[in-house]
Amino acid sequence: MKELKILAVVIFFTGLVYWGVEPYAHSVMHKHVEGHNFVYDGKSDLEVLNEKVEEIKKSMASATDEKTKKAAEEELKKYENKIKDTKAFWAHVEKIAALKGNAANGKNAISACAGCHGIKAAGIKAPTDALTASKTYGVNPPDLSNAGALYDPKFLAAFILDPAHGAFVKKIAMPAGMGGSDQNIADIIAYLKSIAPKEITPKQAFESACGRCHAMRYAKWTQIGTVPKTKPNIKTGQDIEGLKFKEKVAEYQNNLAKYLGKLPPDLSIIIRARSEHYLATFVENPQSHLFGTAMPRVGVTKEAFEKVKTYLEEVGDSSKPKREAVGPWVLGFMIIFTILAYLWYKSQWKGLK
Amino acid sequence: MAHFDPNARPFSHKWLNERLAIDTLEKVLAKEYWIPKNINFLWAMGMVLATTFGLLLISGIFLLMYYIPDTKQAFDSVNHTIMQEVGYGWLWRHIHGVAASIVFLIIYIHMFTGIYYGSYKRGRELIWLSGMLLFVTFSAEAFAGYVLPWGQMSYWAGMVITNLFEGFSSDFLGGHLHFPGLVEWIRGNYVPSQAFLGRFFMLHVVLLPLVIIGLIVLHFGALRIPHVNNQDGEEIDFEAEAEKWKAGLRKESKVIPFKPVFLSKDVFVLGIYLTFFFYLVFYHFEFAMDPVNFDPANPLKTPPHIYPEWYFLWSYEVLRAFPKNPGLIAFGFAQVIFFLLPFLDRSPNVAPANRRGLFKIWFWVLLIDMVGLTILGKLPPVGIYTPFGKAFAYIFIALWLILPFITKAEKPIGGK
Repeated sequence: MKELKILAVVIFFTGLVYWGVEPYAHSVMHKHVEGHNFVYDGKSDLEVLNEKVEEIKKSMASATDEKTKKAAEEELKKYENKIKDTKAFWAHVEKIAALKGNAANGKNAISACAGCHGIKAAGIKAPTDALTASKTYGVNPPDLSNAGALYDPKFLAAFILDPAHGAFVKKIAMPAGMGGSDQNIADIIAYLKSIAPKEITPKQAFESACGRCHAMRYAKWTQIGTVPKTKPNIKTGQDIEGLKFKEKVAEYQNNLAKYLGKLPPDLSIIIRARSEHYLATFVENPQSHLFGTAMPRVGVTKEAFEKVKTYLEEVGDSSKPKREAVGPWVLGFMIIFTILAYLWYKSQWKGLK
Repeated sequence: MAHFDPNARPFSHKWLNERLAIDTLEKVLAKEYWIPKNINFLWAMGMVLATTFGLLLISGIFLLMYYIPDTKQAFDSVNHTIMQEVGYGWLWRHIHGVAASIVFLIIYIHMFTGIYYGSYKRGRELIWLSGMLLFVTFSAEAFAGYVLPWGQMSYWAGMVITNLFEGFSSDFLGGHLHFPGLVEWIRGNYVPSQAFLGRFFMLHVVLLPLVIIGLIVLHFGALRIPHVNNQDGEEIDFEAEAEKWKAGLRKESKVIPFKPVFLSKDVFVLGIYLTFFFYLVFYHFEFAMDPVNFDPANPLKTPPHIYPEWYFLWSYEVLRAFPKNPGLIAFGFAQVIFFLLPFLDRSPNVAPANRRGLFKIWFWVLLIDMVGLTILGKLPPVGIYTPFGKAFAYIFIALWLILPFITKAEKPIGGK
């Protein structure tokens, strides 16, 4: 059939263009990052550091003047030391992870944390409100009630041992060594697990793990909580309560931006702006995509990440279920339409050739 | 004054016929609008395009009800109000976005069909020229529309494309072709901002659609007298063949009436096309709705890769393959050269390219070259892609320069 041959040519060239500008171009443009299935053992940190070392070596090889060469050499030394440090650090974390924690002891040990963190589940209130805390620390220290459910135990061990190392960032508000001895850290983790709720909703997962730095305006979420329902004065239209809340958010955001270098993006439709693979690998280790970013690794478990993703989708792509429900009907209609049109065409063209 | 039957029932056939000549109208436009029988499904692309334009128009009207052309609200009016709050707003947006991309695929298929079968030759020049005007206007319309959601790519594409109007560099020809002021005049500011968004909104929803509708009428009108071409480029005596058809010689006649015979095939092709189209709308829309544009416009953060939509990539690559000044000349060349096709092709042969000697090679090289330019236009200009891009751009220009010579030397077909 001649028409089918022509159609094959059209499809071939269309497909070729599509392949070139979509899958192929994107594979070239975007860095490929291998996922680690939310296992935190320092492997991905070493990958990032090794990549950096390779980069420096390359620039050293192509450097022409002595000055750049020397600077690169120093840089190289710095990273080689970092690699050594990282290996030692994660070996230490493995040791803590192997210890058996005692939740009862952890309950006493955690009083050290209550200087900055609230633990609602244990009846411990946060020492200050979010805004005041952000003035001191740059960010509001999280309430620890959900921590045992959201974060990977090995990550928690690493984070309590040395937050900057565990979160794999240059600087972080919480100092190292707050957890005391290795056994103490294991006890605190056991305690956090014991008080964590069995079931966490997607919304809670997002708010606890992401929501102190990221706003989500499509869900009316700000870094200091949900926007309260306020009523404007009916005679003037002025909403003073609303303005007061806005002012607080603005101040908090300024403090946060000072702490992190910039205001972290609103995540309302990040689910449409980044691929699933990107989001997963980025959350797992932000440095693997954006080297030098101030975003700390938050150490969520795979289940917690799935919950966060569910929430991002609920807020950012709420029409997805409807799209999936309507699609088959429209396609079914079009197929029936095409069959009827074919029969009409055949009847009209009968005996013409 | 014509005769009006006082007894004709208002809005009856007779009543309407006396006032609007609906029978004559149907005869001229449909029942006795003759189409050659010897055609394939590529002849349905006109109808496919008209339908896609209809989809764009209708979905656009729905989007227009909720879209807010304000740099602070545009992004959320699209991504929150339309996509999530308005009932089926997401459907209209997906239809609009996918149709805006696919319409160019069909335009390119339509164009290459015309080139392959020589449908721009003597008598049909105005069909080709009005079609090219439509292509250019659609391009402007697409660009203006891409700005509206005010995402990262809207902003940065707006920045890059308006920068082109700066013209040549200030050291070129004494700086007479350097217009830095023009860029600001177009933007209404130093950078794309509110004035820019307002202007492109107006262009997208009023001025350019009006121009497009006018050009579509011209394009259809230009078709009426020369009639559409056929698979063999055969010159048909439409009057004589029409008489055969009317005499009941359906098999012997070389023509068919537009309605209902040609239309039945059109509608069947349309069915296949729309099935594919709605598959894209529901299940495969990312290619037309770039994820990068789901990040709000941020003047302080340049995206790592800035690229136009796929249908502009080939000319973008022609621009990019050269340094600034020659690049602009090459880009201008690429924009206008297709208009000149009826005059650059010096052969009188109206026939499919595969019967036209060297022109056959010319056609396939042009197609492959443009596919190559399109793919390279998206890839970052590094490594092996740079020399390849250059080579493809040179080939593109060379093809058009040699066209008059190879067609002049072409042997006439069939003793013409």
